[in-house]
Amino acid sequence: MDRALVRRLSNIAFVILTAIATLIALTALVLTLWSLLSRGIGGLDTKIFTMTQPAPGSEGGLSNAIMGSLIMCGIGLAIAVVVGVLAGTWLSEYGGNTRYGQVVRFLNDVLLSAPSILIGLFVYEILVRPFHGFSAWAGGVALAILAMPIVTRTTEDILSLQPSALREAGMALGASRAFVIRKIVWKSARAGLVTGALLGFARISGETAPLLFTALGNQFFSTELTQPMASLPTTIFQFALSAYEDWQRLAWVGALLIAAAVLSINIIGRIVAREARRS
Amino acid sequence: MASAAPPDTARFGTSGSAGETLFHAACFGAATLLLVTLGGVVVSLAIGGWPAIEHFGFGFLTSSEWNPVTEVYGAAGPVVGTLATALLALVMALPLAIGVAVFLVEFCPRPVAQPVAIAVELLAGIPSIVYGMWGLFVLAPWFAEHVQLPLMMEAEPGSWQEKLFSGIPNGANIFTASVILAIMILPYMAAVFRELFMTVPAQLREAAYGLGCTPFEVIRAVVIPYVRRGMVGVIMLGLGRALGETMAVTFIIGNAHGFPDSVFASGSTIASTIANEFAEATSDMHSAALVALGLVLFLITFGVLAIARALLGSQRH
Repeated sequence: MDRALVRRLSNIAFVILTAIATLIALTALVLTLWSLLSRGIGGLDTKIFTMTQPAPGSEGGLSNAIMGSLIMCGIGLAIAVVVGVLAGTWLSEYGGNTRYGQVVRFLNDVLLSAPSILIGLFVYEILVRPFHGFSAWAGGVALAILAMPIVTRTTEDILSLQPSALREAGMALGASRAFVIRKIVWKSARAGLVTGALLGFARISGETAPLLFTALGNQFFSTELTQPMASLPTTIFQFALSAYEDWQRLAWVGALLIAAAVLSINIIGRIVAREARRS
Repeated sequence: MASAAPPDTARFGTSGSAGETLFHAACFGAATLLLVTLGGVVVSLAIGGWPAIEHFGFGFLTSSEWNPVTEVYGAAGPVVGTLATALLALVMALPLAIGVAVFLVEFCPRPVAQPVAIAVELLAGIPSIVYGMWGLFVLAPWFAEHVQLPLMMEAEPGSWQEKLFSGIPNGANIFTASVILAIMILPYMAAVFRELFMTVPAQLREAAYGLGCTPFEVIRAVVIPYVRRGMVGVIMLGLGRALGETMAVTFIIGNAHGFPDSVFASGSTIASTIANEFAEATSDMHSAALVALGLVLFLITFGVLAIARALLGSQRH
């Protein structure tokens, strides 16, 4: 009877331990989100979107930072989608099984989780130092490098899920391989490709480290791509570490905006992916 | 009998045509661009950091003096800070992540498990700067008041506790940075562990239950051995994330140079040092030293990530 009892008790203890682990984890995460909501939501008003960042003690918003983030994430996503979709297509349709394809896939996975600050240093060395100035272009390129591996990966995954009968049917009609890929495979995988782009966008919209010494930041409203540009994450970083309470309040609002944006993009991405699976 | 008209091949493109070749070349070029980018990162870090490597030699890694005024730079402080925070974070996050994953896959009632699993995955995507701010404004003050001060008060002068807990009681130190890192990598690791556990074939589980195993025994003797390789891979991925994380740590580690002499002392990591100093580097040697630090970080994370990817193999996350 001892053995059976020990087994039952150890099982019960194990179940309770995993439940406690889940509880601790959820508590920590809920606490984080709660502070974000409670501290950020109070400062959320239209001024945030209409006014640029203030000097300490005066009224202002985050419009320059929001605009900057949108522009640079837009540049980053545009580059990443072109490169990522093509590279993913190559891995899935052309050379994925060759030795070279395996190397590309492996290093793409490494690039996917490479520290983002190093990407910032790299872009500084190739785009900021030679041209003697921080610029929105450099920021956009840094973000593109972060999103590229994600888009590549999702593209390859989604394309290899497409039934080969689709490709064979196209080939049998006499269409060329490129035509089959562009007009048939891409089309049938469209929702999956959109998901990849959304995931990439969600990843880069909160990135701070690669922007610190590429786009630098800018306290004024600017849409000039060759000049330093503000972004939400860098502004949050600067404001949160400042000694001024009104700046810190704005930092919380900015953090809330970013978190909300990232969450909703991820949720939309999931819905799109689910629709894709259904059809 | 009327035969069907032959398909209009001009519209489909023909094999070997210019468009076909161009498209293939564009795809190949994009794939190669990924390689070139990763190669470019290594090369640019090596070139940018070379003056510092050449000047300080191997001592760059062993010296802990970091002084922009006298132009002496040693990486030991940030390197140790990076490894210490990442490992501590892993120690804290790992049991919790496995616990969460096991609970969700094996024990949790289905209607609850699905939403919790989705929530965990969504939380894994929250930008690190949000966690960093929470650490700075909520965790650090609380920790200083309720943990650090009492511990320091109780430690007897000259005892090992005093040494272990010494530091400025402001809550910005190696330990709190590790806690934030742990909270950050926890949902990520839990989500991937969950996917991993779900790859275990149902027949294996059922067979074990059929032999009379308790759920605990099924997990210990069947599920975990089945995914052991993958689990090590996930651990390495989590470690890689913690090693390279910048913002969450920069907010809360205290940014002190030199060797951290207790877990409650302020310190710095490679990433936080670069984030804090690079834009304001005072001299060429200063920025070269920072880029060389970046190279060290790259080599560490590349090693860890390569192991992770090799172990995860076809199970890609």
